[in-house]
Amino acid sequence: MPKDQGIGASSKRREDVRFLTGTGNYTDDINLVNQTYAHFLRSDVAHGTINSIDASAAEAMEGVVKVFTAKDFEGVGGIPCGWQVTDREGNPMQEPKHPILAEGKVRHVGDPIAVVIAESPELARDAAEAVEVDITELPAVIDMKAACAEGATKVHDDLTSNLCYDWGFVEENRDAVDQAIKNAAHVTTLELTNNRLVANPMEPRVAVGDYNRANDEHTLYTTSQNPHVIRLLMGAFVLGIPEHKLRVVAPDVGGGFGTKIFHYAEEAFVTFAAKALNRPVKWTCSRSEAFISDAHGRDHVTKIELALDADNKFTAIRTETYANMGAYLSTFAPSVPTWLHGTLMAGNYTTPLIYVNVKAVFTNTVPVDAYRGAGRPEATFQLERVVDKAARELGMDPAELRRLNFIKPDQFPYETPVAVAYDTGNYDATLDKALELTDYAGFDTRAAESKANGKMRGFGIAHYIEACGIAPSNLVGQLGARAGLYESATVRVNATGSIAVMTGSHSHGQGHETTFAQVVADMIGIDESQVDIVHGDTSKTPMGMGTYGSRSIAVGGSAMVRAAEKVINKAKKIAAHLMEAADADIELKDGQFSVAGTDKSVAWGDVCLAAYVPHNYPLEEIEPGLEETAFYDPANFTYPSGAYFCEVEVDPGTGKIDILGFTAADDFGNVINPMIVEGQVHGGLAQGLGQAMLENCVYDDNGQLLSGSYMDYAMPRAHDLPNFTVDHSCQTPCTHNPLGVKGCGEAGAIGSPPALVNAVIDALHRGGYPVEHIDMPLSPSRVWNAMQSVK
Amino acid sequence: MTEVKMTVNGRAVSGDAEGRTLLSTFLRETLGMTGTHVGCDTSQCGACVVHVNGNAVKSCTMFAHEAAGAEVATIEGQAAPDGTLNKIQQAFQDYHGLQCGFCTPGMVMSAAALLKENPQPTEAEVRDYLEGNICRCTGYHNIVRAIMAASGQEVPAVAAE
Amino acid sequence: MYNFDFEQPGSVEDAVAALKEEDALALSGGQTLIPSMKQRLNAPSKLVSLTGIEALKGVCQNGDTLSVGAATTHATVAADGGAYAALAALAGGIGDPAVRNRGTLGGSLANNDPAACYPSAVLASGATVVTNAREIAADDFFDGMFATALDEGEIITSVNFPIPEKASYQKFEQPASRFALTGVFVAKYADGVRVAVTGASEEGVMRWAEAEAALSADFSPEAVDGLTVAADGLISDLHGTPEYRANLIKVLTKRAVAAA
Repeated sequence: MPKDQGIGASSKRREDVRFLTGTGNYTDDINLVNQTYAHFLRSDVAHGTINSIDASAAEAMEGVVKVFTAKDFEGVGGIPCGWQVTDREGNPMQEPKHPILAEGKVRHVGDPIAVVIAESPELARDAAEAVEVDITELPAVIDMKAACAEGATKVHDDLTSNLCYDWGFVEENRDAVDQAIKNAAHVTTLELTNNRLVANPMEPRVAVGDYNRANDEHTLYTTSQNPHVIRLLMGAFVLGIPEHKLRVVAPDVGGGFGTKIFHYAEEAFVTFAAKALNRPVKWTCSRSEAFISDAHGRDHVTKIELALDADNKFTAIRTETYANMGAYLSTFAPSVPTWLHGTLMAGNYTTPLIYVNVKAVFTNTVPVDAYRGAGRPEATFQLERVVDKAARELGMDPAELRRLNFIKPDQFPYETPVAVAYDTGNYDATLDKALELTDYAGFDTRAAESKANGKMRGFGIAHYIEACGIAPSNLVGQLGARAGLYESATVRVNATGSIAVMTGSHSHGQGHETTFAQVVADMIGIDESQVDIVHGDTSKTPMGMGTYGSRSIAVGGSAMVRAAEKVINKAKKIAAHLMEAADADIELKDGQFSVAGTDKSVAWGDVCLAAYVPHNYPLEEIEPGLEETAFYDPANFTYPSGAYFCEVEVDPGTGKIDILGFTAADDFGNVINPMIVEGQVHGGLAQGLGQAMLENCVYDDNGQLLSGSYMDYAMPRAHDLPNFTVDHSCQTPCTHNPLGVKGCGEAGAIGSPPALVNAVIDALHRGGYPVEHIDMPLSPSRVWNAMQSVK
Repeated sequence: MTEVKMTVNGRAVSGDAEGRTLLSTFLRETLGMTGTHVGCDTSQCGACVVHVNGNAVKSCTMFAHEAAGAEVATIEGQAAPDGTLNKIQQAFQDYHGLQCGFCTPGMVMSAAALLKENPQPTEAEVRDYLEGNICRCTGYHNIVRAIMAASGQEVPAVAAE
Repeated sequence: MYNFDFEQPGSVEDAVAALKEEDALALSGGQTLIPSMKQRLNAPSKLVSLTGIEALKGVCQNGDTLSVGAATTHATVAADGGAYAALAALAGGIGDPAVRNRGTLGGSLANNDPAACYPSAVLASGATVVTNAREIAADDFFDGMFATALDEGEIITSVNFPIPEKASYQKFEQPASRFALTGVFVAKYADGVRVAVTGASEEGVMRWAEAEAALSADFSPEAVDGLTVAADGLISDLHGTPEYRANLIKVLTKRAVAAA
């Protein structure tokens, strides 16, 4: 029987009511008294020297308050990078300055040059046209390999080259891997691109800066996934504002998908300008502006080689990847192609030797950083594509080749050759489940029907693993993170027993206000409605690291459990006092404290009241009140995994793909709210299938963005996607966090691209077009062109 | 600036608007009705869909002056005065048809227009009708189910297990 | 966008008079004009809204002709254009429902976007574009990308579509914009077949003469099997090469004939 409350129940989301009635509070809904509006004048060339900026005419226009340029930011820090990667020689990466407004040079289309502040958004934009900027255009470097060539134009004059770092992992394995590939019975090689994407949360970014001169306090309202991280980075490294004078609020946020993790120049700008002008400053990004100012995702060019022995066991993997950093290092950019990518190259398999080389490259493009999955989709895509290609070359069933090489359930915990240790998993189980949910045996019949209708049908498999629930702070510290990755929670019990939980996690669609309440209510045995979740305001919650990397329930949820445990332990002491029993004999069930072996009991609410009205209270032993805080730092990553099956039909006349079915069998460990988990998977699948079939962020050779709006950047629509079959009944609980949870936010985006591409390649082979690979997105024209190339 | 008068959710309203003031801007900024959202500037995303004289339109692709004298319906007017959700809103909650909530106002308004035109749509008809509403969170799966359920058709419960 | 004065006349005469002002522009449904104004690609001093003119709205059948008022929305044509089913189906596939409730036939034709749907119907039907000043034959109306035979200030009032024996419009959508990556309108009349192609040519909507000849002789999909479409002059962009579009023209023409 499904539960109707607590852990495991599909509780309806309490946040929905405000979103369904138009009463949410998104950042753009915030308007402050005496507010001004900022318009960013951005570079329309990819690379150039700024000779002069004359804002006098603009500043003279009616309604214009001031025009800011880089000279207003002398002495102000650049936007910091939060992760330092060390190269193969042990040297730190090259790290250029990222100024708030361009200093002397512009380095990508969209690089901000000046900001007009005016009394309305339209007046600010009108005036921006009157700012005279004289720029000498320079050659742009767009292609990563060209950027690495001898004599290439440099994006940053003060760096030695466009190479941010050349990273080898595991460097000690390099020779052994080379040797294994040389000695292999079979080697499958694949060169591919992981297409550049734009995250496109439906809410564009917004920032509102406010300043109170009387007490020198700054407030920033911003569309962020992690307000404390913004406060730390901006306060400590950019503007020099101590934390107690800086409040960052991320209210209702309309999706993030990674791109709202990062600290952006616009946030620092409005905070700075609000003080300079002593007036609130609001910036609302348009969608067109988002395309040239939000950090992009993916953009890897990779060669992967998979070596197999005569028994078809994987013996080694060698990869070489060029990873685009864009023009500046965004907050977590260096970590994405390295620690979030190289460490996942073992996948679900027992491959003993792996060597990953990554060259991170500066180009005259928008900075690239984490996007849903971040590094793990790139790892999974190449691995699952090359395994599929190997199966075809060897004439093996792709499911069986995978199964042959799976890490088996009795091998956990499993140490991979790429530094991570999987605590638990059962890959055969998820593969079997997906096979069970998909009529695999009936495929040939369906394929014949398609053929009769002039279509080509194909079936594709991918199996994925991800490392999420990031992360152990001591480990990421060794790997170059400049921050800890714990999470925090305060459980505040009110005198009448209701509860407010202040979490450092941030919900921007994930439903934490519902799921987190389910957990605490379940632990105590009270109704969910008695628990409220507070998040997104640095003045209300303890220092927290926010939401990304599928970490909220695994890390934030664990912190909340620890805080709730502390509360319960204290409450038991109070209950023991009230019932004149020993602490150790007190049991809590269904909101009642009882003394073991007796019929004595006291209700949760009475204990809470006693804590705040301590007339009969063990004051000599414990303090009054019932409020506890916990910080939780995980012992390991969590490792969700799953089997994804995709069935497609390809129209040979047009190359158009129809997704006929998609099955996802995931192992997320324990599940708090199945409805929300399934919704997370649906959304991830849509983004992964969007990457595989539709979405592509493309620059021309001059660095102009060709896909700069929804007119050319193809977002998945309802009729592009099928109904999904999702299952999470294979559960190997995480062994190192109190809830046994793994996280589910990114899985769909990680496992689905290779499943779709494998299905299309299968369809083409069955249709008589032996195409080995098509780079994503598999747009109709690309599929059709590939068919012509083998005709 | 000249004055524009219209009826929004049954209430007579007026406010000053420039020629270039979009209906979405008029609703959000002049009237303070921030339930209608703006997610793009190319008339694609549909977060701004409202009804004008009973027809779904993109309020970011219509001038406030064009709505002079019109009956406008927005997300704020969909629930009953006592706060009870209408059947579409309730189905969106019951079937988890929203996550971040940003596209939701437009989705609900488009769904209402669909069910007025076609009270028992097929799944394919629902998906086609949503061509002008982009959601980045849900993969549409549960939005489609919510609209089917709101139309009174049998839809399996969420997260069946 | 730049600011402008807004005017909403109630008659064609008043609209024509209002459009005499320098830099005045006609505003119909605005579904293309408003987004382009947001990008500041247009800077009209005044917008003259045509949607308040009742005389420009509505669909009516006169014998073998379907007459559609220029300010008739796509939604109305889709609902009321049943006498010319292929035209109604085309209108019902433009943009999305909310766009169809605002966008109009006249606005689409006056803009002549090379990927718009309506120009192909007008051209394949050999329709007559009626303006406040004159009647213009479809073959004389379209004048390359975003260009038409309309004079400054001239307003389309209606379009007269001869109703064909058989017709079909096959649209292959550009995956982002949902405009036609290529669209083919085939219309069979007693005196021959007309085939118009949108979305493909750098010159905008065009006729495919070889297919018209072949289909006039034999109205079957196989009739175009032997034809080839030259890729020269076809659009190359993110979404398709000229060769791909050439293929689509042929594939969609066959499908249109089959569906007609």
